[in-house]
Amino acid sequence: MQFPGRRKKVIGSSQNDLYDHCLQFYGQPPLENISLTEFETFAVERLKLLKSVENIGVSYVKNSEQYVKKLDAEFSSLNFPLRTELGDRRVQGGTSEYEKRRKDHISHFILRLAYCQTEDLRRWFIQQEMDLFRYRFGELTSKHKTDFLHKNNLKYETVSAEEKKSLKDKLITSSYGLSGITVEEYDFYKVPFQDALDLVRTRKVYLLAGNAYIPHHEIVTIVLNDFRTRLSKALAMTARSLPAVQSDERLQPLLSHLSHAYVGQDYSIQKNMGKISLEQIDALSGKSFPLCMRHLHKALRENHHLRHGGRMQYGLFLKGIGLTLDQALQFWRSEFVKGKVDADKFDKAYAYSVRHMFGKEGKRTDYTPYSCMKVILSNPPSQGDYHGCPFRHSDPELLKQKLQNYKVSPSGINQLLPMLAEILELVKGMHYQLACQKYFELTHNVEDAGFSLNHPNQYFTESQKLLGGGLEIKKEVDMSQRSQENPANMTRPSQANSKQAHEEMGDLDSFFQDE
Amino acid sequence: MMPTSDYDPACLPDLLPLYYRRLFPFSQYYRWLSYGGVSKNYFQNREFSFTLKDDIYVRYQSFTTQNELEKEMQKMVPYKIDIGAVYSHRPSQHNAVKSGTFQALEKELVFDIDMTDYDDVRRCCSAADICSKCWTLMTIAIRILDRALREDFGFHHLLWVYSGRRGVHCWVCDDAARKLSVAARSAVAEYLSLIKGGEETVRKVVLSDPIHPFINHSLSVVERYFCQYAIVEQDILGSKESVDKVLALLPEDILSFPVVLSQYHIKKGGQYFDKEIMLQYCYPRLDVNVSKGVNHLLKSPFSIHPKTGRISVPIDLKELNTFDPFEVPTISLICEELERPRADEAEDDDVKDKENEQEAGERHYKRTSLAKYVKVFDRFLEAMARSRKGEMLQKSDLQKDF
Repeated sequence: MQFPGRRKKVIGSSQNDLYDHCLQFYGQPPLENISLTEFETFAVERLKLLKSVENIGVSYVKNSEQYVKKLDAEFSSLNFPLRTELGDRRVQGGTSEYEKRRKDHISHFILRLAYCQTEDLRRWFIQQEMDLFRYRFGELTSKHKTDFLHKNNLKYETVSAEEKKSLKDKLITSSYGLSGITVEEYDFYKVPFQDALDLVRTRKVYLLAGNAYIPHHEIVTIVLNDFRTRLSKALAMTARSLPAVQSDERLQPLLSHLSHAYVGQDYSIQKNMGKISLEQIDALSGKSFPLCMRHLHKALRENHHLRHGGRMQYGLFLKGIGLTLDQALQFWRSEFVKGKVDADKFDKAYAYSVRHMFGKEGKRTDYTPYSCMKVILSNPPSQGDYHGCPFRHSDPELLKQKLQNYKVSPSGINQLLPMLAEILELVKGMHYQLACQKYFELTHNVEDAGFSLNHPNQYFTESQKLLGGGLEIKKEVDMSQRSQENPANMTRPSQANSKQAHEEMGDLDSFFQDE
Repeated sequence: MMPTSDYDPACLPDLLPLYYRRLFPFSQYYRWLSYGGVSKNYFQNREFSFTLKDDIYVRYQSFTTQNELEKEMQKMVPYKIDIGAVYSHRPSQHNAVKSGTFQALEKELVFDIDMTDYDDVRRCCSAADICSKCWTLMTIAIRILDRALREDFGFHHLLWVYSGRRGVHCWVCDDAARKLSVAARSAVAEYLSLIKGGEETVRKVVLSDPIHPFINHSLSVVERYFCQYAIVEQDILGSKESVDKVLALLPEDILSFPVVLSQYHIKKGGQYFDKEIMLQYCYPRLDVNVSKGVNHLLKSPFSIHPKTGRISVPIDLKELNTFDPFEVPTISLICEELERPRADEAEDDDVKDKENEQEAGERHYKRTSLAKYVKVFDRFLEAMARSRKGEMLQKSDLQKDF
């Protein structure tokens, strides 16, 4: 992409072909010139959109009616393409469908620049773009779906009527929600199993002789896989050409601001260091720790030991709530020494790993406490482990017992049972973070947690706020300050056009302050 | 309990050299791992690892020819042999390769079924022990997995091998299988997994509608063996303790009406407790981590198990019901057999063998109990060769080469 100037060049209707479908794979980068204003506006709006995708995805079951309605609303208000027909119908005083598609195209590529730099950023970007794509693909009619597949050279073989007939019973029982009629009426695609791994892994599809028989409505999963692979490769390539872009002083501040805005609170900057005493931990674990950390703390107290996965998850959390390195060493040592480890062995083997967590050993990375996503998705616990997310990794029956045992509310035994039922429903539907939020509501006796949970340390912070804790937790929301502290930020003396950029960034700040 | 009266681990240093000199089927082994020479350097870039005397472990062994393989094995006399992946370069030269470019490219898709993973549902043995009563679990595992890998996934060339002590391995050798990515291997392994959970989980199998055809196929195998295996051999209803274990898998309220367990048809509100119980007791337990990795090293067929002396022999699926792990020859047995002619050899064979013996370097496994297992391996190799030939004909037809 070239960014030669501020003047907007209007591209004629030769671009029409590029945007003749409302959905795209973002295969080709935009080739036109745009102004800085448009650059910034597009980027910020798409970021808002992706953030909404993330939030709505946590609050509602993905692709349920409410989810779709909410996303539709976001789409409209942010002016992203919704209609499948291009039409010349100009919305009175608004943006045409064509322009919305153009924005979609360009904003995606701008955000690639901001989000290609680290593994975490890439993962987040890919996840939201995939959810977005899935939602949009799902809204297409059957015909448009087929159109899309053809336009993008995804040639999946359809299963003949005779074959469908002979396999009818097998097809019905292999996918949820299919009946004899739907099998007859709907198209099925035959795809080599290697191209349908997500469906194979979860056994949601019929397999025969190495081919997966995919019902039409599931083809989105296959397409999504393809989308993810392409985007992942593209981001890796973008990262390589990034230095050239970053040297452009007009863009650098915005791009770095965009990517930091996502990360939000990663709890790596400990503004509360030393404000917690070790004696408080037992009490805090009952009041303000999310269930996973409470569980880990209890296991540590009982067994005087935790395995590596548990030490990492819990140790980094403790760092995030404000334990200093010395406190941490004291904490772990005193516990382990009560068990089978003598002080010497602790100093030799375990102390190193605690210091490592604080960035004082090895490559001196200051590790950040695990977010909920990380806890839920990576490193499932096995026999003898206590880490992970209890809503995800424990047996529902054991979870129920545990919740009942933690005498959560003196007044709420009547409240307790239905709330527990709600939690278990959420767990069944795989809304582990929502379940944990419900647990928060249960233990703090509030109707609404008032925040969208995605980090154990966030749970702690919110809890302390609610309980009027003894700690002053400063909210780390002043984004422009942070980006100035960031050594990677090469801020230049302000120029005429960067004042505008600053105003835009101010806008961005206020958007994220609501988190 | 496994009778090991004729095998003594202390004899290994004497037996192994003899085994590698005169019994190990090198030419078939080389034929297997060369895969018809279709891919250049396929054998040369294959990693082997050896465990030598005193537990010395060496990785990144590789060989350029069958001859070199033989000489090295006869020289190093490995106690254990593992086979790894085919790499981008010769493993023995991996240090000379620029960092990051030495990569595992291909490997057979493998499965490892280990009897210890069933300890929570076996009453007869535990840990490394096996007996004829629990061996049925392996039979069930092989039948279920073999069917699924062939019919569902379309693989054709499967080599099932007895591990030598307490389990079986499966080597899926199809071209397509060897080229699978890590993600694909893990997806296959998960598709085949029904038992979820460690010690914290009581109910390890949960079924819900609709029941996938794969599960139904597997259930029909389990049902065939269940009565004999679980009720008779394992006697799961034979003591209060084991009955309680079975009952723990049922929801509490089900006990409020009379249950006749021998009926196996307990269905409540669309749930399948009877099926779940049978699966929990009998369905194969895989270690997904073994199957996932392209560079994972697995025990080689025809290697020896140092603790039992048994040879890792291929299993003939046609004789699966009569396969007896305790009949698998030990290294001491076959070395002993080498010294004496077999009494039941037919005259003609005798003559042929004696003639063959004259030729230098002839393998003498034919005179031992190992022979029939090598034959199974031969048939497996034949089938792959026929298949490759068929593919080449197809290709040349398409290109109109005559």
